[in-house]
Amino acid sequence: MKEFTPPADSASIVSVTERVKPLALGMVVTSVHFLGNRAAFVGGEENVAFVDGQGEISKVAVHSGGILSAASDGKRLVMGGDDGKVVSLDTKGEVTLLATDPKRRWIDAVALHPDGAYAWSAGKTAFFKSGKSEEKSLEVPSTVGGLAFAPKGQRLAIAHYNGATLWFPNMEGSAEFLPWAGSHLGVTFSPDNKFLVTTMHESALHGWRLADNRHMRMTGYPGRVRSMSWSAGGKALATSGADTVILWPFASKDGPMGKEPAMLAPLQARVSMVACHPKNDIFAAGYSDGTVLMVRLEDGAEILVRRNGTPPVAALAWNAKGTLLAFADENGDGGLLEL
Amino acid sequence: MSEATAQKIPVTVLTGYLGAGKTTLLNRILSENHGKKYAVIVNEFGEIGIDNDLIIGADEEVFEMNNGCICCTVRGDLVRIMEGLMKRKGKFDAIIVETTGLADPAPVAQTFFVDEDVQKNARLDAVVTVADAKWLSDRLKDAPEAKNQIAFADVIVLNKIDLVSKGELAEVEARIRAINPYAKLHRTERCSVALADVLDRGAFDLDRILDIEPDFLNADDHDHDHHHHGHDHHHDHDHGHGLKHYHDEDMQSLSLKSDKPLDPNVFMPWLQNLVQVEGGKILRSKGILAFHDDDDRYVFQGVHMMLEGNHQRKWKDGEPRESRLVFIGRELPQDLIRQGFESCIVS
Repeated sequence: MKEFTPPADSASIVSVTERVKPLALGMVVTSVHFLGNRAAFVGGEENVAFVDGQGEISKVAVHSGGILSAASDGKRLVMGGDDGKVVSLDTKGEVTLLATDPKRRWIDAVALHPDGAYAWSAGKTAFFKSGKSEEKSLEVPSTVGGLAFAPKGQRLAIAHYNGATLWFPNMEGSAEFLPWAGSHLGVTFSPDNKFLVTTMHESALHGWRLADNRHMRMTGYPGRVRSMSWSAGGKALATSGADTVILWPFASKDGPMGKEPAMLAPLQARVSMVACHPKNDIFAAGYSDGTVLMVRLEDGAEILVRRNGTPPVAALAWNAKGTLLAFADENGDGGLLEL
Repeated sequence: MSEATAQKIPVTVLTGYLGAGKTTLLNRILSENHGKKYAVIVNEFGEIGIDNDLIIGADEEVFEMNNGCICCTVRGDLVRIMEGLMKRKGKFDAIIVETTGLADPAPVAQTFFVDEDVQKNARLDAVVTVADAKWLSDRLKDAPEAKNQIAFADVIVLNKIDLVSKGELAEVEARIRAINPYAKLHRTERCSVALADVLDRGAFDLDRILDIEPDFLNADDHDHDHHHHGHDHHHDHDHGHGLKHYHDEDMQSLSLKSDKPLDPNVFMPWLQNLVQVEGGKILRSKGILAFHDDDDRYVFQGVHMMLEGNHQRKWKDGEPRESRLVFIGRELPQDLIRQGFESCIVS
């Protein structure tokens, strides 16, 4: 990537801020995903704002209330709302109602499988739906904190209080409980399907090696980890929650067990979002002071994408090819960078 | 109130034993013409008639924090709900959390002190307990939850006073005061209390610790030395002003006072250690302190093991530089606390 060549002798950071297309979305933003060639910024309530390559903004109404959860596979965006609905938005901007909670409970978490199956949760119950087959559900001991599909097979990880549950929705009695004391909120599988990692209410991550359920404690964060992203090929897991990006090594069969994480891109602000480039060993990081950086994993070289002085960065994502980076702060001021 | 505090959304916790009138009070708050919008978090979603746009069902999931502090429990569902609500900032002015009749208010309160994100956006305003004048005396004997809710309260709405005689009312008030002499007490029928008396109390605001509690200044007038009595049950004794005085064997308050300055280097470690060791028993604590060689008043407040404190302001000219502390708790080791406090006084 020729854009990423910080001169060795430069005293100040290389900046590409003038190449960013600024975006004023005019709404609270909670995440961003690429749908086809457009960036889809998910609002705090009601709307998704599509932004095309020219920076044109068009809003689509998706929920009648707060949008609590969102997941995308690049072809569609599935969201859960406080209106008790699970909806899907496709690349053309068409909204499809996928499910409605009979009690109109909040849809706290959603997950999307590459084959089109999807999952959502309301309270203690996780739901699964695939194609035309019947909806399936599993109740876990406490409210579901997060959902994630395994990269292979139809297996769903459900994070909750005191651990996580692994479930093959199409196999009766397949739920397997992975215990670890504390409240587990977010959850992700490593791309090689060997590890499961959760973010906890405490300022820590917890991991299990799925072959033998060995525990991996990943602690030392000053704040709660809200954002995790696997580097290209799953060699490292980049995380927010500290004043540097913390990257846990996952390249070996033992994962981060007994190893120190890498700490890159230190600033006088807390990292709020991380997004690894889909192909190269580069990640983007957003900070609590509004800064956005691009960072090379190899040596920690940094390029400034956005200056500080705004609310925290709340949304950050690359497109599938890794040619576009989209971001926005909590108040909906964002940008689009083409590489 | 600082600017940051003012911007945080106030949260009122509404507790009370089953049937005391929580829902009546909640509906009064929501229906009165105050021009404010409330987000209401209830425990049994859809089962009680509450007319409000923003109403959220909670599960009362209490969990322990993994921070080595056993009584540091929080409401996980509240953390999640608060996060969801913050996406709709601007759609409401305040939050009311209604708990079940059997709930312990501590995990709710602690959620607002322990969780970083919750703390950033919201502030606990007060714990309001609705009590049934007719049945509270009985509940205080047989339901530990009812006692907890009275002990924890900043405001007590003593409801259904039309159903009891004057004597019964005096008795139930005396029983409340035996547990919690510091809460603001309002006698009501059908929860007809002025909303200003329940909302926006700033009971956890360090700057308002004194302003809202004139009783606090006179605490000693009500505090009777009981530790040497060695008595058994709710014994009564007359104080000459016609009111029966009850002593609750289980839940007490303890107030301490000194007009001599305290040594902060002794006091701070003592207080920290006290709540670490006895925090399970101490439900609430508050204090205004005069330190040696310090022209600023120091204020603190705590819930179980959690403490927060700060220098508040300069002592005013002519204002007596006194230190006052209050502890409300279960089976408080009163002698131990008293001795510990006295050892902090600069002689």
